[in-house]
Amino acid sequence: MEFREMMESKYRELLENYIREQSEQALYAGQKFSRKSIEHKVSPEEIVSLHKSLLIEMYPEVPESILHSFDILLEVMIGYGLAYREHQSLRHQQEELRSEMEIAANVQQTLLGTKVPVIQGLDIGAISVPAKHMNGDYFHFVQDENNCISVAIADVIGKGIPAALCMSMIKYAMDSLPENRMEPSGILENLNRVVEQNVDPSMFITMFYGMFDPESDQFYYASAGHEPGFYYNAEKKEYRDLNARGLLLGVEKRTKYRQYQMEIHPGDMIVLMSDGVTECRTEEGFIERETLIDYIDKYIDLSAQEIVNNIFKELEKLQHFQLRDDFTLIILKRDV
Amino acid sequence: MSIQSCVTIINEWDIVAARQLGRNVAKELGFGTVDQARITTAISELARNIYLYAGKGQICIDKLNDAGKAGLRIHAADNGPGINDIRQVMEDGFSTSGGLGAGLPGVKRLMDDFHIESETGSGTQIKATKWLR
Ligand SMILES: Nc1ncnc2c1ncn2[C@@H]1O[C@H](COP(=O)(O)OP(=O)(O)OP(=O)(O)O)[C@@H](O)[C@H]1O
Ligand SMILES: [Mg+2]
Repeated sequence: MEFREMMESKYRELLENYIREQSEQALYAGQKFSRKSIEHKVSPEEIVSLHKSLLIEMYPEVPESILHSFDILLEVMIGYGLAYREHQSLRHQQEELRSEMEIAANVQQTLLGTKVPVIQGLDIGAISVPAKHMNGDYFHFVQDENNCISVAIADVIGKGIPAALCMSMIKYAMDSLPENRMEPSGILENLNRVVEQNVDPSMFITMFYGMFDPESDQFYYASAGHEPGFYYNAEKKEYRDLNARGLLLGVEKRTKYRQYQMEIHPGDMIVLMSDGVTECRTEEGFIERETLIDYIDKYIDLSAQEIVNNIFKELEKLQHFQLRDDFTLIILKRDV
Repeated sequence: MSIQSCVTIINEWDIVAARQLGRNVAKELGFGTVDQARITTAISELARNIYLYAGKGQICIDKLNDAGKAGLRIHAADNGPGINDIRQVMEDGFSTSGGLGAGLPGVKRLMDDFHIESETGSGTQIKATKWLR
């Protein structure tokens, strides 16, 4: 209220100064006044009205026509004043939404959190970074009583909150899978039924599910339309695509998934990713899978976690620190 | 105690008549130029909504006197299609013009009290009051 009381005399002083000397300094004082008056929620029409009444006081002989002209200015300024207040209120709402989003992102982190298992003979690294607040990628590790390590990596077609909500459901479905040991193909078939029944038909989920048996060194896997990973053959120093055919989750209730199997030798690697990795867009277009392989090679002597961290940093830099899609990269490396 | 006079809104010119009525009453009651302009803007918005969405209706201006406090009340009434989701239209950022007009949230801001009643199919009643300070 204090400001409003002295506003009139302050404005009068500004006006007199400027009319006397037309200096830049007087104008600068005007700018500072406007900050103050906005801060105290003085609307533009009030300023116009103040201006008019001061003019009458200071120049009693001012022509009527000039004074009338201020009525039009005042009428026009009302709309601006309202637009400004609406803007303020929307700003406030946006602030609230932002903090809600941050809380939601934390809740999601807790909900979807998975521990990267530490076991003898297999070095595992995983990184997952959302493009916005909420992550539409998901990965999950399970270690069963036979020491088999299962890994799931999934990607919802879509981003942001809807994708994140959908992922929470997948996580719940995976936690409720029957306890008895299931194979990757069986798990995908099971999840496919859940997704088909519970998720909006416009949402699709891709998933790769793999299981490593340290007893036999066999890796079993199946894929529901997920971005193919790589298999690295240490002996031949060769990469090949980990191709697996299968329909996306949620398309067709009775989808069957084919299961594949391969032996993992010491030094071999399994590289899994979401399409946010291969769809890293640079000025020259999407990165090639070869580029990704070059990066893996560059860091191949590091631990699996260090490799994925470094690759993320490289690709982040390549995209000028603007992620367009959620980014998830997992490496399983059999110890030499 | 209240004294009332009304303007029927059918075409765009009636909006001007409603504004004029509102301005006269506001002046009579002793509202300053800023409040006069706020009151007429609110009348404009309500009358324009009647003209655009209900086709036909009335704007009445009441002089209020509540325990020595003088005020002006705009009463906009129509038997048009009504408003489906009042909560939504009262939200900032909803108006179809994308914030170019004051819209209903603007009317609420311009006035001191604001009441809206609307039923789909049977019409809309809005009462907005400004008190003389
Ligand atoms: N008297 C009425 N009868 C029926 N519907 C109405 C009436 N008044 C408002 N509405 C509905 O409420 C909506 C919001 O009205 P409001 O005046 O806030 O914004 P607007 O008219 O869409 O845009 P503007 O910002 O230009 O006023 C309108 O789009 C219209 O659908
Ligand atoms: Mg309107």
